[in-house]
Amino acid sequence: MRRGREYTFVKNLDWWTIAAYLVLVFVGWLSVFSAVYDPEHSRIFDTTQRYGMQLIWILGSWLLAFIVLLIPARTYLLYSNLIYFLGILLLISVLFLGVERSGSRSWIMLGPVQFQPAEMAKVFVSVGLAGVMSRPHFHIQSSRGLLQAAFLILLPAVLIVLEKEAGLAIVMSAFIIVLYREGLSGWVPFMGIVAVVLFLLSILWEPIHTLWLCLGISFFIGFLESREKRSALIILASFAGVYFLIPLLLRFFSVDLFSHMARYQWFLALTAVLSVILLIIAFRKKLTFLKILIPVFIACVLFVFSVDYLFNKVLKPHQQARIETLLGIDDDIYGSGYNVYQSKVAIGSGGFSGKGFLQGTQTKYNFVPEQSTDFIFCSIGEEWGFLGTLFVLSLYAFLLIRIVQISERQRHPFGRIYGYGVAACIFFHIFINIGMTIGIAPVIGITLPFISYGGSSLWTFTLLLFILLKLDATNH
Amino acid sequence: MEQRVRQKNIILAFFIACLLLLIGRLVFLQLINKEYKITASNNVLRYEIIYPSRGLIYDRNGHLLAENRAAYDILITPRELKSFDTTDFCSIFNLSKERLQHLLAEVDKRRQLIGYQSVTFLRQVSNKQYAHFLEKSYKFPGFSVQTRSVRNYPSHICGNLLGYIVEADRAFLDENPEYRAGDYIGKTGLEESYEAWLKGEKGYSIFLRDVHNRIKSPYEEGSYDKASVPGKDLVTTIDLSLQLFGEELMKNKVGSVIALDPTNGEILTLITSPGLPTQYLTHFGAYYSQIISNPLKPLFNRSLMSAYPPGSVFKLVNGLIALQEGVIVPETRFSCYMGYHVGSLTVGCHAHPSPANLEQSVMMSCNAYYCNVLRNILDNPVYENIAQSMDKWQDYVKSFGFGTRLGIDIPGELTGSIPGSDLYNKLYGKRGWRSLTVISLSIGQGEIGTTPLQLANLAAIMANRGHYYTPHLIKNLPENALFKPRIQQHQTLVDPEHFAPMVEGMYQAVNAPAGSGATARLAAIPGVELCGKTGTAQNPHGEDHSVFICFAPKEDPKIAVAVYIEKGGFGASQAAPVASLLVEKYLTGEVHPSRTWLYERTLEQDLVSRHLE
Repeated sequence: MRRGREYTFVKNLDWWTIAAYLVLVFVGWLSVFSAVYDPEHSRIFDTTQRYGMQLIWILGSWLLAFIVLLIPARTYLLYSNLIYFLGILLLISVLFLGVERSGSRSWIMLGPVQFQPAEMAKVFVSVGLAGVMSRPHFHIQSSRGLLQAAFLILLPAVLIVLEKEAGLAIVMSAFIIVLYREGLSGWVPFMGIVAVVLFLLSILWEPIHTLWLCLGISFFIGFLESREKRSALIILASFAGVYFLIPLLLRFFSVDLFSHMARYQWFLALTAVLSVILLIIAFRKKLTFLKILIPVFIACVLFVFSVDYLFNKVLKPHQQARIETLLGIDDDIYGSGYNVYQSKVAIGSGGFSGKGFLQGTQTKYNFVPEQSTDFIFCSIGEEWGFLGTLFVLSLYAFLLIRIVQISERQRHPFGRIYGYGVAACIFFHIFINIGMTIGIAPVIGITLPFISYGGSSLWTFTLLLFILLKLDATNH
Repeated sequence: MEQRVRQKNIILAFFIACLLLLIGRLVFLQLINKEYKITASNNVLRYEIIYPSRGLIYDRNGHLLAENRAAYDILITPRELKSFDTTDFCSIFNLSKERLQHLLAEVDKRRQLIGYQSVTFLRQVSNKQYAHFLEKSYKFPGFSVQTRSVRNYPSHICGNLLGYIVEADRAFLDENPEYRAGDYIGKTGLEESYEAWLKGEKGYSIFLRDVHNRIKSPYEEGSYDKASVPGKDLVTTIDLSLQLFGEELMKNKVGSVIALDPTNGEILTLITSPGLPTQYLTHFGAYYSQIISNPLKPLFNRSLMSAYPPGSVFKLVNGLIALQEGVIVPETRFSCYMGYHVGSLTVGCHAHPSPANLEQSVMMSCNAYYCNVLRNILDNPVYENIAQSMDKWQDYVKSFGFGTRLGIDIPGELTGSIPGSDLYNKLYGKRGWRSLTVISLSIGQGEIGTTPLQLANLAAIMANRGHYYTPHLIKNLPENALFKPRIQQHQTLVDPEHFAPMVEGMYQAVNAPAGSGATARLAAIPGVELCGKTGTAQNPHGEDHSVFICFAPKEDPKIAVAVYIEKGGFGASQAAPVASLLVEKYLTGEVHPSRTWLYERTLEQDLVSRHLE
């Protein structure tokens, strides 16, 4: 009968996920091989080269996966607190025992290899969070529950910031997705995203564009929350109409208004007048839609202008430059904007079908820094073109959907919460990493799951995924 | 179990939407935008610059003034540097250990900035060192050689005329985007003026490279390479043998000599003394501190950049103006009682026969005569007030090229200064001055500044009887509007017929018999009809400046010369011999045996020590 149980276990494993995992790892190895390929060192097992080392990391990760599958599933639930506690201890010890590597103090030596516990934080936070949140009396809606969850997420984030790995600390914000799934009001993540986007845009864009976006956001929120959809549409249309019509009319009567006024000032002036009128209408006719739209809009505008003021007036030029560099939005293609620019060139030059394996000139000749780790996606984009990038993104989409489905079918909330943690982390890494290589996300230096060179990243994501697979396989 | 289908769907929709956003951006980058494909090819190709050789500079008779020779710079690529035998390296380049350590430390400091590039480590090593290094270069990874052509000067003439070559600095690069860091450019003199003509066009070879600048292979077997185009040669108006002769005469003297052909404005000789020795020009940077600390300022081209009072040679201008204005005629005589006395004012003069007519006044350089001349000009009843007549006078003087840039084709020319009524109004108040106040202008003193070039131009005007051509240094430059100096004929405001008595006076000043009171008899050349005028400009800082302008022959002149010797004393004693020897050499090709003593005396004169006291 033992044989039967084992057979059931193997059958219950989600082989689709494992297949996607194996394909991604293989793509990763090919990309690393191509990124550092040098005809003088063409042996695959050459451990002086990164593709040789990556092969060792891959084999190691499979061994790790196998061990994970052998450990009883209930261990994670039973010892979730202990696992979390040990993880925190590890992060603290790195602060004292860690070695410095390119500016951050987050690596510890394990014999001949270096290891980064900050990467591992994703695993123990997922486990710890799932342990706490799956308790019967836990409610995320209660302030006590929210505080507990927030503490579990923020503590390691602070420690990681102290290790000067800001990027990996920011990853912790992905866990808000887990909280949302478990009942946190959707407004919290929504407003968070809005705030981050507005923050970036108020630095990047002209005020007028940001203002239009603010109006769009407020309109969207008001639209979702109101029942008078038609009046909402009419109000937006009339605003836009008046905004464009009045200057046209003035020009017709050759009144020169805009030589004294920037476009955004005109926008604000018009909004102010209309807001007062609309507020009066809103209160008299009890239009909830307007009662939401206008305060949200004012809040957005205040936020945008305070960021703009803080950035341009309060901060000194060198501080501005540092923030721009951190966000990777520097236009100086020979200075700090170099990475992103070269990366865009590499990916853009790939075209539809790419230049072919090992034929990438941008990546092969080392134009893109960090090309086997953070910027590995360039290699794929250049050599395999749009077909390649679409294939990789489809694989990721498949994997994410699969993980969400697995999570949803868990009988015990622990598995579900843990599963969403895995999905959130993988998603965040994918979006930010690919986003930064194509210039739509800040360059915060995080890896592309399963593909980037490096043991810490690969092992962490393998661990994350196979714990979930183990939980899933014993679910039935 | 809580089933939150809405949350699940929103999360999934969010994931998909974000991934679609990435795909949309990839569609734009990879399928729509073409710009990145072009950039990618630029990135990979490395353009190795081939430097052109600079155009040669010739004198008017085809003698080389500046040519090129190969020089070798040793480059260092810090990232490829490995430990090497420093003793061997030092012995090849004749360096001290400390110097090498210092140079390496300097490179190390800039390591981050240099990245994978190569920078110059040693400049212009000798051929022998270069050959020696090539033999052993395998021992020194990270070092390489770059060949460059640098200037060589077969004849050692005044370096200020030619100008020097330096690496382009940041300010220049910002203004001239066609230049790259590391390019050499001409500074001062002809090298700067005709930079565009001389520099040639850079060529390039294209290689495939990686970002570390490591060359992988020639691109398309060199079929897209571009050869460099050598700079074009320049033929100047300088007469090398005359220039060298003049420099020999000016040795041990401080001042300038300009000789030009009055018929076309071509400059035959342009000397500033002390000048930049040519051997300084190639290594200008290395000698810079030495040049700058020289109290006699060899970098300063006195012939164009210093405005001195002209002294008595300026009497010519005043006499001509008076004739044109009709306030004197050639027969007008004024008395001189050892000077000009009005009330308490005295302008002294030397002993000479009196009263003199106009011609004699030039010959004897009578101060009193010109005090009267200037008063007649300024107190001319035709004009309402002195301000008007003063401004009229200023217009006349400016028409002689004074107070303006003549437009010579090397940089740095000064305008000099010629006063008008506004200056004196400012100094003395509107009614606070009269003709006596400015009386020193009559003899070329006071608020007046002229460059030696302007004085040479005055000599040319006298030779031409009333007109001059823009002085210039370049001969037969092919049609090219960009660099060609605008050479124009300028007419003075004085009619040609008035020049005869003044020229005759200049002739007599040199050639009148002894006892006549002629001032420049020392300058007389057997068989040459030299016309000259001496000048002695007062110098508040010491000995007077010695000035002489002349032209020859009297009819159909071939050469006009101005000599200005700082602290030289009387015009007749120092400047006149230099100018007359120069004219003699140019017209007869040698120094007459009867004047050998004058030539030797001039060579032996040491006037520099006066400046160093």
